[in-house]
Amino acid sequence: MTHENSVGIVEAQSFTFAEDDPFCLESGATLSPVTIAYETYGRLNADRSNAILIAHALSGSAHAAGYHSEQDTKPGWWDDCIGPGKAFDTNRFFVICSNVIGSCYGSTSPADINPAVGKPYGLLFPVVTVGDWVRAQIKLIEHLGIEKLLCVAGGSMGGMQVLEWAAHHPDRVHATIPIATTAAHSPMLIAFSEVGRQAIYADSAWNQGNYYGADRKPDAGLAVARMVGHITYLSEESMHEKFGRRLRDLERYGYEFQTEFEIESYLKYNGNSFTRRFDANSYLYVTKAMDYFDLSAPTGSLAATFVNSAHIKYLVVSFTSDWLYPSYHSKKLVSALTAVGADVTYLDVKSAWGHDAFLLEVETMTDLISSFLERLAREENVARPEPTSDNLATKITLATLPRSSEEERRLKIEALA
Amino acid sequence: MSVTLPPATTERALPHPPATNLRSDLQVIADLVPARVKALDIGCGNGELLEYLVRQKQVMGRGIELSETGVLACVRRGLSVRQGKLQEGMADYPDVSFDYVILSQTLPFLSDPQMILQEMLRIGKKAIVSIPNWGYWRCRLSLLTTGRIPLAPDLPQPWYASPRMQAFTITDFAHFCTQINIRICEEIYLSHSRRIQIRKFKTLMATTAVFALEKV
Repeated sequence: MTHENSVGIVEAQSFTFAEDDPFCLESGATLSPVTIAYETYGRLNADRSNAILIAHALSGSAHAAGYHSEQDTKPGWWDDCIGPGKAFDTNRFFVICSNVIGSCYGSTSPADINPAVGKPYGLLFPVVTVGDWVRAQIKLIEHLGIEKLLCVAGGSMGGMQVLEWAAHHPDRVHATIPIATTAAHSPMLIAFSEVGRQAIYADSAWNQGNYYGADRKPDAGLAVARMVGHITYLSEESMHEKFGRRLRDLERYGYEFQTEFEIESYLKYNGNSFTRRFDANSYLYVTKAMDYFDLSAPTGSLAATFVNSAHIKYLVVSFTSDWLYPSYHSKKLVSALTAVGADVTYLDVKSAWGHDAFLLEVETMTDLISSFLERLAREENVARPEPTSDNLATKITLATLPRSSEEERRLKIEALA
Repeated sequence: MSVTLPPATTERALPHPPATNLRSDLQVIADLVPARVKALDIGCGNGELLEYLVRQKQVMGRGIELSETGVLACVRRGLSVRQGKLQEGMADYPDVSFDYVILSQTLPFLSDPQMILQEMLRIGKKAIVSIPNWGYWRCRLSLLTTGRIPLAPDLPQPWYASPRMQAFTITDFAHFCTQINIRICEEIYLSHSRRIQIRKFKTLMATTAVFALEKV
C-alpha cells in the first residue's frame, strides 16, 4: 500500500442531536439524545455540491480512510478507494462516512448509558432500521451544511442505506452507487443473521444483554456469529484457493478435536479478534435492522418504490461469486430502475472472492467508480474545492510498512462486513 | 440461451480514437441518428458509437453490452451502460422508450433475430441495423471455388469462433423483414467500409448494409 495517496491522519468526529426533541424511529419508539460518529475527508467546495456519503457495512465504522495517529498501522476500511487520486478522489470530493445507530463505533448504541435509568441500555435500546439510519444521516449532512449529496455509495449493508436514500429521499441525492447488495433482505440472509444472534443468545455471559461492567462478555457467542458471517463472505473457490484442505502446523491428522485445518484456524482467529472490536448487542441490533430491510414492501413492487427516484443516476455493481447477495438481486434492482426510466450503469464483475470482492477488486472498482463520478461531476457542473495553503502540510508522512499481499488481504477481510 | 458478442467487440475495446474519428460503418449509423434524440445501442461494445452520439449529437444515449471489458470501456467513456444479454436487457424497457435502437454487426450472432428485431421496434420508434453480407460477390466466388463458407469481408471470423454465427445475405434480410412485418425505410450500402451508391446488384456489391427499420 502506498501512503502518498492517503488522506493522512484523520480525526474521529461526532454530532449529537435530538437532545430535547426525541428522534422518532420507524418502530414507533424514540431515542434521545442521538450521537452520530463520523469522519470527513477532502474539502467542501464553495457551493457545497461535492459531498459524497459512504455507508459502511455490518462491522464497519465511520473510519473509512486514513489513519488515526502516526503509530496507527491499519488504515480505514475502504482506504483503497478513498483518498487523493483514488476512486473517491478527495482532491475533488468531500467524503463523509458515519457510523450507524446501534453500532459500537461511536454512535449511540446499546452500550451507552440510557439516560432514563442511568445505566447502559442493553436490550432496552430501541430496535432501529435502515430507514432510521438514513434519517440520522440526513440530520448529519444538514448539520454539515449540505442540502443535497452528489452521491451516496456503499457495499453490502452500506448498499442498503444507499438504496434507502434513493427510494425515500430522492431529492437529497444526485447519484447512488449500491454495491453487492439487495433491495430486500432475503430469507437466506435473515437465516444467517438469526444463526449469529442465536449464538450470542446461547452464550450464558450474554445475560439478556446485561453484561456491561460484568466480568465476562458473550465473546464465545459473538465469535461464532462472526465465523458464520465470515463463511458467507467467502466463496467455495476462494476457500479452496486460500486454505484448501491444508493443515495448520501439522504433518498429518491428529485424530482429535483441535484446530487442525487452516480454514478452522482462520475462522477462529477472525472470530476471536472480532470480539475485541465489536459489541455483541450491537451485532444483534445491526443484523436486525438489515433483516427488516425490504424496499418493495410498502408498494408491492420495486419499480413502484423507485418511481419518484428516476432522476437519480445509478451505478449498480455485483460480483459473480457473491452467493450472499447474488447478482440476481442487483439485476432485479437494475430491471426496476430501467423500467422507471432511470439512468443505470450495471456491471456484474467477474470475481472469485465471493461477497468480499467488493473490498478486494480494487482495480475494477476504482475504474468504475472514478469514471462514474467524473461523468457525474461533469454533468452536474461540480466545482473543485478551493485549494488551500496547508494542502502540503497535511500530507501524510507515515513510515511505509511493507506488507505481504496476503496480510493486506487478511486485514481487508477483517475490516469487512 | 446465451449470446456471445463477436471478438471484434473486444478488439474495439483497445485504445480508441477520439469520438470525432468514427469507424466508417459506425459513422453511417451515426449519420442516420438525428441530434438530441434518445438512443439505445444494443451490443454497444466499447461504446465508440454511443460516445460519438452523446458527445457530438447530444443524444441521450444508453447501451447494453454483454462483455465486462466492453462495459468497463463504456463506463470509462462516461456512458450509461448495462451489462447483460440483449433480450433480457431490452425486456425491462417500457414501449417506445427510445427514438432509435441500434444493433451494429451483431445480428448474425443472435439466436432469435426475429424476437430481437421486434423488441427493438417495441422499445424504439425506429431501429438501425447493420449487417455483414455473405452475398458479396467474392464470398460467392470463394464458396464456389474453395467449397468453404467464406468469411464476411467486414466480419472476418470463422463459423466456429463463436457459439453461434448465421451467415446470411442482404436479400435474406430484406425477405425476413417483410415476413415479420418490418419495413426498411432507409438503406445504405458499404463496400470495404466505403459508402457506395447503387440501385442494382446491391447484394453482389456490398460488404455491409445499414438499414433503418420501422414497424409496418
